[in-house]
Amino acid sequence: MLAYLIRRLFAAAVMLVVIILVVFSIFFLVPKWAGVDIALSFVGKQADPAAVEGVREKLGLAEPIYSQVWEFFKGIFAGRTYSGGGDVTHCAAPCFGYSFKSEQAVWPVLTDRFPVTLGLALGAAVLWLVFGVAAGVLSALKRGSLWDRGAMVVALSGVSLPIYFTGLLASAIFVFGLKWFDGRYVPLSDSFSGWFGSMILPWVTLAFLYAAMYARITRATMMEILGEDYIRTARAKGLKEQVVIGKHAMRSTMTPILTMLGMDLGALIGGAILTETTFSLPGLGQAVLNAIKNQDLPIILGVTLITSLAVLIANLVVDVLYAVIDPRVRLA
Amino acid sequence: MTAPLHEPTAEAAPSAADEAAVATAGVKAVQGRSLGRIAWGRLKRDKLALTGGVVVLVLIVIALLAPVITNLVGQDPNDYHENLIDPLFGTPTGSLGGISGDHLLGVEPVNGRDIFARIVYGAQISLLVGFLSAVVAVILGTVLGILAGFFGGWVDSVISRVMDGLLAFPQLLFIIALVSVMPNSMLGLTGTGVRVFVMILVIGFFGWPYIGRVVRGQTLSLREREYVEAARSLGAGRFYILFKELLPNLVAPIIVYTTMMIPTNILTEAALSFLGVGVKPPTASWGQMLSSAIDYYDSDPMYMVVPGVAIFITVLAFNLFGDGVRDALDPKGSR
Repeated sequence: MLAYLIRRLFAAAVMLVVIILVVFSIFFLVPKWAGVDIALSFVGKQADPAAVEGVREKLGLAEPIYSQVWEFFKGIFAGRTYSGGGDVTHCAAPCFGYSFKSEQAVWPVLTDRFPVTLGLALGAAVLWLVFGVAAGVLSALKRGSLWDRGAMVVALSGVSLPIYFTGLLASAIFVFGLKWFDGRYVPLSDSFSGWFGSMILPWVTLAFLYAAMYARITRATMMEILGEDYIRTARAKGLKEQVVIGKHAMRSTMTPILTMLGMDLGALIGGAILTETTFSLPGLGQAVLNAIKNQDLPIILGVTLITSLAVLIANLVVDVLYAVIDPRVRLA
Repeated sequence: MTAPLHEPTAEAAPSAADEAAVATAGVKAVQGRSLGRIAWGRLKRDKLALTGGVVVLVLIVIALLAPVITNLVGQDPNDYHENLIDPLFGTPTGSLGGISGDHLLGVEPVNGRDIFARIVYGAQISLLVGFLSAVVAVILGTVLGILAGFFGGWVDSVISRVMDGLLAFPQLLFIIALVSVMPNSMLGLTGTGVRVFVMILVIGFFGWPYIGRVVRGQTLSLREREYVEAARSLGAGRFYILFKELLPNLVAPIIVYTTMMIPTNILTEAALSFLGVGVKPPTASWGQMLSSAIDYYDSDPMYMVVPGVAIFITVLAFNLFGDGVRDALDPKGSR
């Protein structure tokens, strides 16, 4: 178990380094190939050449790409000192650098925005797990019934609806039409009820999309498992139907669901870009989208690191949970 | 990919599956019906899947004939109709976003461009990116998956690690980043052409591991079958076995995953255009129309509903058809 964890953590660390290298390449090599100067986009279009050179030197943009990558990693663990053009700025660890656009330090931006996204992802996940799995199990048990067909039609529609449409539609109806919500985000630190109220619409819209997906997968998996020999054995032993379904069948059904949950939750925590754009939530997704549009590399690097970390941790947790749920799985 | 039928049966109809799929198991069973025929027989009974298929066909025709259709209704997607706009609010005059005999789906706020014409042209972008990126993913996934499964060893290790890595990547983030840093002209393409080309490549690139995994798994089990051994003992070369013996048996799962991938890709394209990194205005695309509609969701809700419903119908039709194809090609299903 311990050896397994160590190996997985090592693989995760390698993955993070690869991801950072890829992000650096995307933002340094591709523009270079396309003939765009990053220092220029930082200073503005009408900057004088001396200012551009100053920026280039201060941010280390003139250095070769491998030393920039090295400086970036060193900054995270040991802090980093920027000097050049006369002034010296020290950035304490964990230093993710400064935004090219706003010149703010990146780390506070990340810590400010992370709770918004985390709250969105976790709240929605609870909703979609409860409703998606319940709907899927009921459908599988009452295969071919009116409920089954109705639920599956709703689920198929759900996976065909993009969130940037359902979100707008929900805002038009519940914010503008019925005036149930005012459509503004309230931070959790301001008031719990305010925050909860402002998150209801994003949670429900996001959860609807995923609940549809989970209901479809749960139904398919459950139906397959109900045909297995061990379920017949359990019934033949005279176990109650609740025990057969609730204990024996559910346990195997949860395995693929968990895999999906790990990947989805990881991806969402790293930035629910579409949901946050649709509902104007000040989370990581919104930050990274703006950063991409502004070619603001430090912010992109910071968010990407957190995203990838979230995906990797979520997958690791899922793999460990596997062994708990399914005794056939051995961590080796 | 339409296979001619060999059996002289009364219900002669074109087979949806590839001729190659014909070679798949069960040929000797029940009166020598091929998998293609069995699948088509099942698909024919599946009303929902057929409806989806018909809608998909209609959409393809609309996309191909976009200039003809817009000419027929006498509207150009880029003509301004400012006379139809309320100068005070910038929203269309008349009810429901300015729907009239001339403008079947109303006009856009501010400049009054015809929404019907823009929806029709938007279908071109959606379907083009949806289909071609799936093609990119299928080619990459099939070739790399079959190589990994067949050769095993370090080839398999490398390809499998790359697939795992790509699946663990925050995909949407990287698609957005890659699409947005691409230059505005390359390979003789400019403007919309280059955006579409880049989206096809990037979406296709991030899609191949899904197909690659399935193909690898199937290849792993197929290569141990007797018929492969038989071919090898008769002196067949590696590439003969790969392409003549294995590939035909992989066609069914590849078709299933392709039909499921197309709607996902259409949604990704719409998302990119919605976020402002996909197709740039004035070229019409559904995602970009939705993003402009954000500012008018209260004053002109029709502007948001029309492209939203267009995306919904398209993706739903592909999903219905894809579900049907999957059920029809499922070897576990009853014949």
